[in-house]
Amino acid sequence: MTSWPILSVVTFLPIVGALFIACLRDDEAGARNARWVALWTTLLTFAVSLILVWRFDLSSADFQFLEKHPWLGGGISYSMGVDGISLPFVILTTAVMPISIAASWTSIQRRVRAYMIAFLVLETLMVGTFCALDLVLFYLFFEGGLIPMFLIIGVWGGPRRVYASFKFFLYTFAGSVLMLLAIMAMYWQAGTTDIPTLLHHAFPRYLQTWAWFAFLASFAVKMPMWPVHTWLPDAHVEAPTAGSVILAAILLKMGGYGFLRFSLPMFPQASVELAPLIYALSVVAIVYTSLVALMQEDVKKLIAYSSVAHMGFVTMGLFAMTAQGVAGGIFQMISHGIVSAALFLCVGVIYDRMHTREIAAYGGLVNRMPVYAFAFMVFTLANVGLPGTSGFVGEFLTLIGTFRVNNWVATLATLGTILSAAYALWLYRKVIFGKLEKPSLFHINDIGWREIAVLAPLVILTIVFGVYPKPVLDMSAASVTQLIDNFEHAVSSVQTAAVR
Amino acid sequence: MIAAPTTGIIALLPEFVLAGGAMVLLMMGAFRGERSPAVTDVLSIILLVLAGVLVILLPAGKLVAFDGSFVVDDFARFLKILAILGSAAAILMSIDYDAREKQQRFEYSVLIVLSTLGMLMLISAADLIALYLGLELMSLPLYVVAASHRTSLRSTEAGLKYFVLGALSSGMLLYGASLVYGFTGTVSFAGIAKSAAESGPGLIFGLVFLFAGFCFKVSAVPFHMWTPDVYEGAPTPVTAFFAAAPKVAGIAMFVRAAVVAFPGITAQWQEIVAFVSIASMLLGSFAAIGQRNIKRLMAYSSIGHMGFALVGLAAGTSEGVQGVLVYMAIYVTMTLGTFAVILSMRRNGGMVESIDQLAGLARTHPTMAFLMAMLLFSMAGVPPLAGFFAKFYVFVAAIKAGLYVLAVIGVLASVVGAYYYLAIVKVMYFDEPAERFYRMANELKVVLGVCALFNILFCLYPALLVGVASAAAHSLF
Repeated sequence: MTSWPILSVVTFLPIVGALFIACLRDDEAGARNARWVALWTTLLTFAVSLILVWRFDLSSADFQFLEKHPWLGGGISYSMGVDGISLPFVILTTAVMPISIAASWTSIQRRVRAYMIAFLVLETLMVGTFCALDLVLFYLFFEGGLIPMFLIIGVWGGPRRVYASFKFFLYTFAGSVLMLLAIMAMYWQAGTTDIPTLLHHAFPRYLQTWAWFAFLASFAVKMPMWPVHTWLPDAHVEAPTAGSVILAAILLKMGGYGFLRFSLPMFPQASVELAPLIYALSVVAIVYTSLVALMQEDVKKLIAYSSVAHMGFVTMGLFAMTAQGVAGGIFQMISHGIVSAALFLCVGVIYDRMHTREIAAYGGLVNRMPVYAFAFMVFTLANVGLPGTSGFVGEFLTLIGTFRVNNWVATLATLGTILSAAYALWLYRKVIFGKLEKPSLFHINDIGWREIAVLAPLVILTIVFGVYPKPVLDMSAASVTQLIDNFEHAVSSVQTAAVR
Repeated sequence: MIAAPTTGIIALLPEFVLAGGAMVLLMMGAFRGERSPAVTDVLSIILLVLAGVLVILLPAGKLVAFDGSFVVDDFARFLKILAILGSAAAILMSIDYDAREKQQRFEYSVLIVLSTLGMLMLISAADLIALYLGLELMSLPLYVVAASHRTSLRSTEAGLKYFVLGALSSGMLLYGASLVYGFTGTVSFAGIAKSAAESGPGLIFGLVFLFAGFCFKVSAVPFHMWTPDVYEGAPTPVTAFFAAAPKVAGIAMFVRAAVVAFPGITAQWQEIVAFVSIASMLLGSFAAIGQRNIKRLMAYSSIGHMGFALVGLAAGTSEGVQGVLVYMAIYVTMTLGTFAVILSMRRNGGMVESIDQLAGLARTHPTMAFLMAMLLFSMAGVPPLAGFFAKFYVFVAAIKAGLYVLAVIGVLASVVGAYYYLAIVKVMYFDEPAERFYRMANELKVVLGVCALFNILFCLYPALLVGVASAAAHSLF
């Protein structure tokens, strides 16, 4: 359809920027230029990715903008393409990147060039993860992201950064190597690692179960699902603000994307049989981590736990395998990408001023920072899932999607929304409302233009998608319908075969 | 399918050149005395490169000499080039070290050339006698260069330890070879393969002893004990040499003997190799965690890497051998690159070997730290670096051969292994900078740059190496 390899351009443009930054001098001017180069590179990448949206054929469920070149040989090729499921994530990634670069404008003063290079390399790897149409290529991007993120947490992180970065790396790596074995087993079974081919390949029953568990090991850690979520609070707390933003907005979504792209369509029977396991883990995640969030004293930790709870909704919705559940899961991921990114940015704003994230250190900020209080409120309410914000649409759709399949799970998960209101509003009251008593806060300033420019698009998106979610839902509609059709077809054909 | 092998002495041309060249260099060194080391170093490298070129230029296809006991096939060509590159790089990396430590001796590079000659013989050996001759020719110079710091207690100890244990392992290997000969009545691999089916348990006895000798040479568990001490005690350029080229030759003889001589009892030796491989991967991963000395750490790391390479052999298939070859090629680059960094850890007081001394390298020497970090991530097997593809191919073969337990243990061991590689990255990137090192010598820069760039850029065009390795592996089957 296209004459130029637009997906490769979107994917590798940030690397070009990174190489350019690597050539800059290591001094004050070099640092300043590095910031600008990084910002313009990410903005340009975003602009190119918008061409994708413009040219994307909404009515087609197939992969578009295909590129295919020989690579490893033997059925493993460099193959790129997007469909309605991956495109929203690509756009989310390219959209969040300039925001996180802008958010690190003043807070990062040490080793700026290396920081910007790490972020740009990370962007390439994240976009590549969503565009890859070959399992080995996917794994390459998926795992490669560990290196820059490890360095981002470890070099620019907080006091316990070494512990957090190791935990992040080793947890994710351990999960992923098992997935790699499953990829190899699938490779020998099907003779190729081409994803569009594998989507229609009927894997034997025993392989489905094992591969499903192996993929679960990887995606559950990435997502993260209870009980392998413990790396996330540590990583979030120690990472610099922009690192947390990327982690929450995009890296976590790779797990959900993996479920959608691999586990559900490639192992349908295993997914049906093991869905109760996912339901159970999701409900535990929703209820338990919400309760844990209630007890937190650190703002970032609270948001981190709330992320785990929100991801519980996603897994629950995806494995319901109803049109609403899956669409809701995708929407919830996009919405959470916006809202949690924004919340971490909000934490970054006050952290830059006060250098503490303890909830107890704040109070009465509304008196000094009204604009900030407004933005924070929008995101808090979206996090709670208030109708009119994007958070509501996702939670609502996943809940009805699940309710059709399993009433109990949906009912218990609804409890979680109540708890999320409890912790989010409690946090908001503690930090923003109340009397301005702490002497240290008397001279705190409201957000400046740069911060407004960072937060404003997110406020707008949160509200627009809350009122008019159609763009995102339309983008994925055709692919979701096809996914569910194929899934039901695969499951029912096995059942009829069993009956005969 | 296979054309009749070409017979003729021409197959040994590279070996003749090396042998003759080594003699000339030896005479030159003896007559020129103290002034010769710089010249012999350069000439030995040229000699090795020449031999490598000759290996490439040999007529294509399978060449046989000495009544079938010396074989040059694609498998041999691939590994010979690799061994020659490893040796040449080792000499290159020793130049600066020897000059600074006042250890310039012309014998050093001559010994390495002779040892390389042994490796080439070993790689081509197709009967047990040729194998033993090649092995000893390779090993004897190794014992000497390990002890080449005559005044250093550690170096002498390393050389002696290596010699005693090496002699023991040679004894085991010979005993195994004699048993095999006794039960099959022949020493040629092809002959053994023919009569293996009806020779019963005695042959397996011989096989076990033979494999014990092989394991010693590639430092696989449970015959690895010498490795950490010898690596630590030997002068660092010698350690860099030990870690690369002899391993290539050792793996070559292991693979050729297992695949060519014992195809009839694959199931039996597969078990042994799988056990050795699991034990090496686990020991390499866990024992390295506690190390403070980077040379000792590299010793355990190489034990682990040999375990991973043997995963491919355990599969016992052509894919498996292909995996081993890809693994060895990438292993050699990772190891040489890392040793280039270790060799430039030099401050006022001389060489330092503790990992803590790398603290803050990312601030003091950013490029060196970046390249080293990439090599470490590569060794940990993180994509998109070359080390990932190395592990990918051996595990793909293992999965295809149905060795699921081996594969699962292997990948989990690689996660444990990742921990200690990360720990070095942590020291370089997260810790406060220590004092700067001296300027890195140019030849070390070249070695580090080439090796690290190879590892970083491998993912762009992996098909080249993989294709060559695949052809090489097919030549054995």
